[in-house]
Amino acid sequence: MAHTLDGSEAVASVAHRLSEVIAIYPITPASTMAELCDEWSSAGRANVWGQVPSVMEMQSEAGAAGTLHGALQAGSLATTFTASQGLLLMIPNLYKIAGELSACTIHVAARTLATHALSIFGDHSDVMACRQTGFAMLCSGSVQEAHDLAAIAHAASLEARLPFLHFFDGFRTSHEVHDVELLTDAQLLALVSADAIAAHRARALSSDRPVIRGTAQNPDTFFQAREAANAWYERCPGVVRDVMDRYAALTGRRYGLFDYTGHAQAERVIVLMGSGAGAASEMVDWLVERGEKVGLLQVRLYRPFDGAAFVAALPASTTSIAVLDRTKEPGAPADPLHLDVLMALHEALASRGAGGVRDDALAAGSGPRAMPRVVGGRYGLSSKEFTPAMVKAVFDELRESAPRNHFTLGIVDDVTHRSLPWDGELDIEAPDVTRAVFYGLGSDGTVGANKNTIKIVGDETALHAQGYFVYDSKKSGSTTVSHLRFSPRPIRSTYLVQRAGFIAVSQPQLVERLDVLQLAAPGAVFLLNTPHPADEVWATLPAEVAETIAERGLRFVVIDAHGVSVEVGLPGRVSTVMQGCFFALSGVLPRDQALAAARRAIEKTFRKRGEEVIRRNIAALELAEERMHEVAVPRPGAALHRRAPPVPVEAPEFVQRVTAQMIAGRGDLLPVSAFPVDGTWPSGTSRWEQRAIAREIPQWDSSICIQCNKCALVCPHAVIRPKVVAAADLAGAPEGFVTAPWKNAAHPDLLYTLQVAPDDCTGCGLCVAVCPAKDKSAPKHKAIDMAPVGPLRERQRAAWDFFRDHLPEGDRALARLDNKGSQLLQPLFEFSGACAGCGETPYLKLLSQLFGDRLMIANATGCSSIYGGNLPTTPWSTDRHGRGPAWANSLFEDNAEFGLGMRLALDANAARARTLLHRLAPRLPGVLVDGLLGADQAADAGIDEQRRRVVALRAQLQGLLPAGAPGAAHGSGAADTLDAAAARELLAAADHLVRHTVWIVGGDGWAYDIGFGGLDHLFSTTADVNVLVLDTEVYSNTGGQQSKATPIGAAAKFASAGRAVGKKDLGLLAMGYGHVYVASVALLARDAQTVQALLEAESHAGPSLVIAHSPCIAHGYDLSQSPVQQKLAVESGVWPVYRFDPRRLAAGEAPLKLESGPIRARVADYMKGEGRFRAVELRDKERYATLVAQAERHVLERRAFHEQLAGLRLSIAATAPGTPLRPDVPSPAAGS
Amino acid sequence: MDLSTDYLGLHLAHPLMPGASPMADDLDAVRRLEDAGASAIVMRSLFEEQIEGEQLGAARHLFGHCESAEAATWFPDTDVFALGPDTYLEQIRAIRAAVHVPVIASLNGTTPGGWTGYAQLMEEAGASALELNLYDVPTNPDENAAAVESRLLEVVAQVRGHVALPLAVKLSPSFTALPHFVRALELAGVDGVVLFNRWYQPDIELESLEVRRTLHLSGPSELPLRLRWLAILSPFTGLSLAASGGVHAAPDAIKALMAGAHAVQMVAALLQRGPQHLGVVLGDLRTWLEEHEYASLQQLVGSMNLARCPDAAHYERGNYMALLQSWHTSPAWRT
Repeated sequence: MAHTLDGSEAVASVAHRLSEVIAIYPITPASTMAELCDEWSSAGRANVWGQVPSVMEMQSEAGAAGTLHGALQAGSLATTFTASQGLLLMIPNLYKIAGELSACTIHVAARTLATHALSIFGDHSDVMACRQTGFAMLCSGSVQEAHDLAAIAHAASLEARLPFLHFFDGFRTSHEVHDVELLTDAQLLALVSADAIAAHRARALSSDRPVIRGTAQNPDTFFQAREAANAWYERCPGVVRDVMDRYAALTGRRYGLFDYTGHAQAERVIVLMGSGAGAASEMVDWLVERGEKVGLLQVRLYRPFDGAAFVAALPASTTSIAVLDRTKEPGAPADPLHLDVLMALHEALASRGAGGVRDDALAAGSGPRAMPRVVGGRYGLSSKEFTPAMVKAVFDELRESAPRNHFTLGIVDDVTHRSLPWDGELDIEAPDVTRAVFYGLGSDGTVGANKNTIKIVGDETALHAQGYFVYDSKKSGSTTVSHLRFSPRPIRSTYLVQRAGFIAVSQPQLVERLDVLQLAAPGAVFLLNTPHPADEVWATLPAEVAETIAERGLRFVVIDAHGVSVEVGLPGRVSTVMQGCFFALSGVLPRDQALAAARRAIEKTFRKRGEEVIRRNIAALELAEERMHEVAVPRPGAALHRRAPPVPVEAPEFVQRVTAQMIAGRGDLLPVSAFPVDGTWPSGTSRWEQRAIAREIPQWDSSICIQCNKCALVCPHAVIRPKVVAAADLAGAPEGFVTAPWKNAAHPDLLYTLQVAPDDCTGCGLCVAVCPAKDKSAPKHKAIDMAPVGPLRERQRAAWDFFRDHLPEGDRALARLDNKGSQLLQPLFEFSGACAGCGETPYLKLLSQLFGDRLMIANATGCSSIYGGNLPTTPWSTDRHGRGPAWANSLFEDNAEFGLGMRLALDANAARARTLLHRLAPRLPGVLVDGLLGADQAADAGIDEQRRRVVALRAQLQGLLPAGAPGAAHGSGAADTLDAAAARELLAAADHLVRHTVWIVGGDGWAYDIGFGGLDHLFSTTADVNVLVLDTEVYSNTGGQQSKATPIGAAAKFASAGRAVGKKDLGLLAMGYGHVYVASVALLARDAQTVQALLEAESHAGPSLVIAHSPCIAHGYDLSQSPVQQKLAVESGVWPVYRFDPRRLAAGEAPLKLESGPIRARVADYMKGEGRFRAVELRDKERYATLVAQAERHVLERRAFHEQLAGLRLSIAATAPGTPLRPDVPSPAAGS
Repeated sequence: MDLSTDYLGLHLAHPLMPGASPMADDLDAVRRLEDAGASAIVMRSLFEEQIEGEQLGAARHLFGHCESAEAATWFPDTDVFALGPDTYLEQIRAIRAAVHVPVIASLNGTTPGGWTGYAQLMEEAGASALELNLYDVPTNPDENAAAVESRLLEVVAQVRGHVALPLAVKLSPSFTALPHFVRALELAGVDGVVLFNRWYQPDIELESLEVRRTLHLSGPSELPLRLRWLAILSPFTGLSLAASGGVHAAPDAIKALMAGAHAVQMVAALLQRGPQHLGVVLGDLRTWLEEHEYASLQQLVGSMNLARCPDAAHYERGNYMALLQSWHTSPAWRT
């Protein structure tokens, strides 16, 4: 029976059943495999030998690989899952594991390596970086193959006594949902050799029969010993072939080391591996049907590369070959598979007849007799689409007398002109394949509902089903596009739907932003969720949509899915409604059968969610058909509006030319010349992307407002901002622009205004939740309330434009830097794509307000690097002087080191500038030089003054330049020449005389786990760097896996039953150094303390650490309630709030100040407000009670410890210079 | 002395039992209550909102978050996950296994819906009887009294439809025509009524201008309200009657029984004084009956109801008139 699942589950299903030890660490797109194994083991699911595999999350992939290595040494059947940079972190151990001939299989959802940019999507650059490690490498190209080859890899590894790296394309295969035949336990047991397992165990280290491994060898022996393993590599392909043969006998599914498909007398052959084989085989069949002699050779066993078997798998008629690589090796003579193929052909053909080729591999008549022409091409980097039309372009090229070599596919290279053109209109899919495309939002469940639909059809009918899902880069209001296929034949189409008979749009605003009908086939059904009834909807459509409907003769159906979702009590979850419409309209199944199956699927899917959820979803499904209406399509009228351009016309040229195309979903069409060559992009582009995703936005009542600025302080997206202006500034203000007298007695003439950016607000409601100003006569009404955006939008747009462009920003040199005053400064972090209600971004925004004009940020990979740096638009912006945070992301694991490097460079730059200044001092005014060298730049005023000195210095330096330079004085002699050179250099370096601040930003996964080693090292230096840990207590970005910051009692992925160990006290570890400034803050509970901590950290002339507690959707509650939860977290002691400032020692004070206040709330009350804790209680009440008690004890113990630390004094006065400081602990009675 | 009583068709050793409260959440407390002599255990209510809210909340917060390229969910999805009501059902089973007396489960809700299906699960989990708490706070001016009663009767009918268990309905005193409604309940197949539930009372925080929910434990002053309606219902209804609220000592219980109660539930007094207090009241009840030479408890039950008491007017308007005229102003009024 078919099971419909994604590639990750297909692989994990095998890996979990064939393993005893599983070491894991999250990384997209491999996390799902680890999560499934953890969940299964946590639920007591056993492997095929009846044993529940032990699953252990590690601190990094390097840790996972080390654990794997150890488990193998001790004789276990062990595995791990990873991708991309994670795989690279494993490489040192891969060499070790292979060098010791240990059997194991690592499953890799192959992903792009970060180079000029990070990408989470798929290609082979990661696995290709491992081909030298000694691991055997087996590649799958589809969900079914991933399942099958996973099993073959485990079995072959044991028999070949070599470790295997089984890989498949990240996302395209790992995340594609497809119907597959699953292996039974009996089949797995039959496949895996018990003798090989016994032999594996017999090789284990044991103190009962001790041996030693990991020796150090010297020039006399290492080389020979390295060659001693050759036989295993030579034997390996044969072993794999045997296992594949056995597999075919067991399952009927046959694989070879290299699988050929196509014309028996093919002349032109494409060689590739991975999911591209699906698209390629479709085109090969299509061309062969049309009489063309073409073929495809799919590589499965990539290492050890059996050259003879490869050549033998080619038709003898082969005259030209194109080898397609899904990776790029800059500077190499060719990409790796291309090189391998050339080498294999050369060796086979050059040595033919000379005994150089094994007879068993080269059967008579197989393989080409003469060296074919071989060219190589590159395709599919970062999951770039790879379609049959592109395959055809390659075959067409091979027909040329001199086909291009080293070409690229799927892009337009107008710089080095390597790309092959292809026919974007060519569609070879059979008409009986049902193809549907759904546009939705991440929050409306469209993807989930479509997965359900695929399961329904895949599991319950003879049809084959496939689903693939495309997401945009935002976390709030993200757009999803689901591509579904249903076919009477197996589906090999490993590319997006190109022509759909059914297009559904689950959010009405999407038709304004995206060309949603681009893929609509003539006569297709277009289903739109809209509040407008059928007889009125036409007038609301953009003209582009109306025209396409008419031109392509689409059947246009509308439904108020949101209304139905409200009616059944699942507001916003429109996906089930849309699913009901799909079944009623698409004809993929008879309507009654479809609805009955959908009901069963809902019952199955939501079984764990409870009866009420099932009832409401079924109600939504049933109402769908009743409420949808077909629209009579009139001729498109001239009155219809056109879509707004993706960015406003006043946006900069680069944004118009490049960013706008990406926003509009046309990034694939941008040619190579459009791009920066080194990954450098302009800052502050988020302001040009107006997403308009909120249904409600805040509305200000100036008569109640107390001007506390808390709304601006907490806003995660910097969309609500205050300014203080003079009356004269308001000239030209749009009608209805609201101000109020500033509540500041010193400035009775100034006005205060509070403005919302209506197109950038996500509607999270945090601003309203924190607003303390209530209407006395109706306290329900506050100084800001959420109000439907519709009637407000136009007026607020005009007001926002005036506010942003015409009203002056606060002067940072004059601002009072506290929780209130800081909010009058321009945020230089705005409109990020972070989740609505994000608890991290308010800290970053505050950081940008306090130090933005001199801020350098090293950002660890994670949520903050995604909402901080994910294209098309980025939130770090600039002030009116063009200054602003300079931001860079290196990796996940190295961020402390990365930031330290920045600091060292800045210091070196400053030292160089000062040296030059000293040198030129005789030629410069003494006051200026003294001022520059002795400047107090602790605060903004001093920095401002220094900047003015730098301007003056530049003017002076111009005078030192030789004649000809603008404004230069005449000079002569060698000294003058040297001075001129120094002056020129100092002109370029003068800005380094102004203090710059380095902040190292990352999440708890980085700081507590993978990057802790580097962070700890940073603390051991005296470098003036600041670390901001955005502590959400889980790996938020990859989907909520536990970190060492996860608190006791919280459920997280990899901690399904609830974490049983207390959160690591990172602050305490840093305090242990003594010279590190450490603060623990919670913005929504202690805003003034947070601002103070950031200021102190920045002013501390050594390493500083600020642990910023951050609510996150992974905590499982409505984040508009996060002010309440943060308060409870602090008042219960769960989130400690303190500042540890080593400078206080000098004043004879204790460096640690605890600022949480007395414990006034119960830990249990805090915990019951969050789903992550509640999930544990629902799962196991007794265990939860135990964990709550442990959490309470943990809090009290930590509190007691901190209190004792806060009482510590150092008796400085009694200490002579050079005498070690002695702690002086006062007695409790002293009341310290 | 035979203290036995029939309540909801259950033959109980005596009428005293703990009322619906969190006391039964703790198995140890349940055992102590049985040791103290409780004739049955009434569990706290499982609320309509709790059943639906737990599911919808979990669906929304644990499983309903944004789908993005890197994560489709933020929580582990395990088969062993059980939503709130399931733990309630487990508690029924656990209490049944721990004690020998009947276990009365409790549901609380006022609108017809899927939640009433939990009655069946409670029965399957081993509940001996079910107490349905109709805790209704009407706020809709468009819904008249008849519509309110009709809605509540629909809820009762749904629950009745799900179970064959003995079914008690716990009422609030705020009915325009309580006797008529009780008769309608009887016709709907209910086995008894519990008088009365107590409302969580709102309070206003003066500084934050917020409304807070408060719960004050009952005091003996709340007993007379129960006595009046027990006495009025007792003569005509065939339903079992239980008093709930205001019973703190044996004399309170005796009065409730005299007014017509077949069972007497205690919560506040047990929360304040511990489970053993039930044994104290039971002992005092027995002693009182013996001292006053009652042959059995049955002789006492209903002896002071509207039909059998010497001066019925005191349960009716006459009492009201007399009381009003007995009020005297406090000294503060005279200064």
